[in-house]
Amino acid sequence: MKNLLLKNGFLYDPLNNILGEREDLCIVDGLISEGISGELREIDCRGMVLMPSGVDIHTHFAGSAVNKARMMRPESFRGKKTPVPTTRETGSKYSVMGYTHLNEPAVAPLNALHMHHEFNHTPNVDKTSLLLVGNNHQIMEYISEGEEEKTSAWLAYMISKTKTYGLKAVNPGGYIAWERGGEIESIDDLIPEYGITPKQVIEALVRARGELKLPHPVHLHLNNIGKPGSWEAARETLSLNLEIHVTHLQFSCYGGETWRDMDSRAADLAKEINRRDGVTVDMGQIVFGDTTTLTADSGFEHYLGELTHGRWCNMDIENEAGGGVVPYNYRRKNHVNAIQWACGLELALLVENPWQISLSTDHPNAGSFMDYPKIIAWLMDRKYRGQELGRCHKSAREKTTLESLDRELSLGEIAVLTRAGPAKRLGLNKSLAVGARADIAVYNLNPGESRGEVIEKAFRQAEYTIKNGVIVSRRGETRSVGGDTLYVKPALNKDLRGDIRQRFRYYSINEANYGVGLEHINRPREVKT
Amino acid sequence: MRHENNTCPVCGLACDDIVLDVGEGDVEVLNACWMGRSKYMKYFKGERLMKPVVGGVETSWMNAISEAARVLSDARKPLVYLGTEISTEAMYEGIQLAEYLRGYLDSCTTICHGPTVQALQEKGMPSATLGEVRNRADYVVFWGCNPVESHPRLLSKHALYPEGKYRAGRGERTVAVVDPRRTLTADQADLFVQVEPNSDYELLTAIEMVIDGYPLKCDVAGVKVDDIKEMARGMKEAKYCAVFVGLGLASSRGKNRNMEKAMHLVRKLNKYTRAVLLANRGHSNVAGFNELCTWLTGYPYAVDYSRGFPRYNPGVTSAIDLLHRREVDAMLVVASDPGAHFPGDVVEYLADIPLVTVEVSHTPTTYLSDIVLPGVYDSIESGGTFYRMDGVPISLRQTMKPPFDYSTSTKDTLRQLMGEVLRK
Repeated sequence: MKNLLLKNGFLYDPLNNILGEREDLCIVDGLISEGISGELREIDCRGMVLMPSGVDIHTHFAGSAVNKARMMRPESFRGKKTPVPTTRETGSKYSVMGYTHLNEPAVAPLNALHMHHEFNHTPNVDKTSLLLVGNNHQIMEYISEGEEEKTSAWLAYMISKTKTYGLKAVNPGGYIAWERGGEIESIDDLIPEYGITPKQVIEALVRARGELKLPHPVHLHLNNIGKPGSWEAARETLSLNLEIHVTHLQFSCYGGETWRDMDSRAADLAKEINRRDGVTVDMGQIVFGDTTTLTADSGFEHYLGELTHGRWCNMDIENEAGGGVVPYNYRRKNHVNAIQWACGLELALLVENPWQISLSTDHPNAGSFMDYPKIIAWLMDRKYRGQELGRCHKSAREKTTLESLDRELSLGEIAVLTRAGPAKRLGLNKSLAVGARADIAVYNLNPGESRGEVIEKAFRQAEYTIKNGVIVSRRGETRSVGGDTLYVKPALNKDLRGDIRQRFRYYSINEANYGVGLEHINRPREVKT
Repeated sequence: MRHENNTCPVCGLACDDIVLDVGEGDVEVLNACWMGRSKYMKYFKGERLMKPVVGGVETSWMNAISEAARVLSDARKPLVYLGTEISTEAMYEGIQLAEYLRGYLDSCTTICHGPTVQALQEKGMPSATLGEVRNRADYVVFWGCNPVESHPRLLSKHALYPEGKYRAGRGERTVAVVDPRRTLTADQADLFVQVEPNSDYELLTAIEMVIDGYPLKCDVAGVKVDDIKEMARGMKEAKYCAVFVGLGLASSRGKNRNMEKAMHLVRKLNKYTRAVLLANRGHSNVAGFNELCTWLTGYPYAVDYSRGFPRYNPGVTSAIDLLHRREVDAMLVVASDPGAHFPGDVVEYLADIPLVTVEVSHTPTTYLSDIVLPGVYDSIESGGTFYRMDGVPISLRQTMKPPFDYSTSTKDTLRQLMGEVLRK
């Protein structure tokens, strides 16, 4: 590995408050260093922007549901833009855009091994994953019995067994209702069988996260998302004032009672976020076009399948979680889709502190990760976004506040939204400071640039993407290197043997064969909690 | 010595609770079904291939590997055909080999539930894991399958008899069997529906009509109208209906259309209650091939790498069609037996082309082969992963060592072969 000297670039490192300073960057043995000597490669970055490489806090790129989405749509691999690309393509396309860390936000413990296999075959990016726990029957049982200590211990047991990184709750209690054909609409509804509410579940998980000292806060997919009136549940959840990461908030921004009178309540939710420091969110921005939706909120996928009369896959995973897959086409001239599109941008523009919001499309649910550059351009150039707004159904103008928003995000703010912010929230160290891992993206972009098209083009293809000091992508040409799988190993603080024996009476596999051994992970890296 | 929690390398259930008592040159299998037991017994008592063979003559391992690599590298359009009782890790090596050789890639998944996967592509499949069926199902349908003989522990371990979280056992489940013959599974049924051969589509449509509330006045597909109504009512009124489908649907007239109809019916049931469909898949890692192939290439089977990137067109790029059109000029078979199962003219062609086989014991295919490499029993002699028929991955344990020292697993064999191919 040759040492690298990146000369004359404009550095953007929001974590260290460096915004556009012109400095040279030395990379020695995969780390950023103060000086450099010996054999090295000089790269002239004149007129270019250097940032830590991108971090995607919420992207479904590996696992059984993702693979079902691929299997269900062989026709989608014929086009240029595949909603759910193969593992190799995912890794290399992310690195072309300057991303080197992906967070898979939903894996059922029983299928964690499948996800790790796909991780092994996804090159050029490091990975973390979050465990689905918001509908786990054992957790529900403990919460309903008030067993706080056991809740934490069971979570620690599952995380350690499956080599994952944090906790994810998808529509807490909603899947348990759907297993019986029902649904949950607000955080105060009762979860069948257990007689507790989603609110109690969220509170218990947040408490457990604190106890286990997990690096990432509870990653929450709200109740009742994707439907008119969904903003109510979002507001109620935010007002709990907990330290959480609310994901793809765009899907919970809708007011009204029916699809016909639906409008955007993004402004109200942004106000709630601005009042609370402990909450972070990601956008879940819609991009128009064909995609495949997949989520552990299987009741909603069934609803969507009936709405579109298209294909529908469902997976009920014993004791743990569910999942569904439905192809979907977001259309500009559709009243609902147009409002959805505007909601995401409203959120990003109305949340004042950029550290509280990350850029995401909930890939592939609201659109492909390959469209991030387009979203960046919409956020940075008001005119560019206006052009798209003009092509949308009139509801995007009449039922949302997007047209009235003048804010244009700066390059520094974009660096927060796409890397520094999500990295901080995931507990990763992504910066350009001396001693940090040299994960760097170089974009051929003038810091003063304000034209949307130029910005989009620059972010679509990084001039260089450097991972651990190795150039993995150069103007779209990639080379394949392995990425690490990060996991945590929270301490077990209670003997659960009796409960484990009891619970595994209802599993179809043996406890001894449950979970993922390190021999199945190509490059494991434990993160100390 | 006692080994617990082993995974059985035979049918799609991949039971992971097998207890083995291994003694000197003998093994006692304490809880596998007769299929599993006979495979473990074969390990000790069966005729095991021990020496590599090239052109009918025993030779050294390195010579055989080198010869196999030469045959495959010299071919213009080689076909890599993978069996599905090998680990997913071994399959990965096989896929890498097919890609490097710019050949074709297929496996026996195409031949059994290939039509089911095609139906999934058309319709989508509402499914569940086996534990969910055990915990919840109160109405179980076996359609075109005979698990008592093909998946012997399905009824006792998952679908019918065991106590689940919400079902006490057999007494709380109703069972319907749809089959043209009175099978052993039909003997366990509360309702046996004897459908005329090749009329499943009609029967599925009739049931759907009744569920939708349309009047049905005549017998359909040889089934009495009352039986159809009873079955429709049972499925609709159940709290959780599990439909197991087998090759009786996938391989009778209508093929993937039958499966689509079954998926459509199950989907429709979800308007009224909860219902899921599971395919009774034949081998312990048959789902694994579909999953792995999909995440690597985008397609579940029948992949054509001849242009350097994956293409997929079942019926054109699937193994039997390629061989039938004589488009393949060499073939690598790993742990599968096309010689016994492919159509006659295809097998004749197999005898004409260079054929490399990796196999544990003699089969009709090994007798057609030019090069035979002794295989390793994955999940007995090596670790790895199987994907059970419901898609749940299961980590494997190694309990014994292969009886030879030139390869430690099927993955190792294919990796060595790839190494030789790279040198050519």
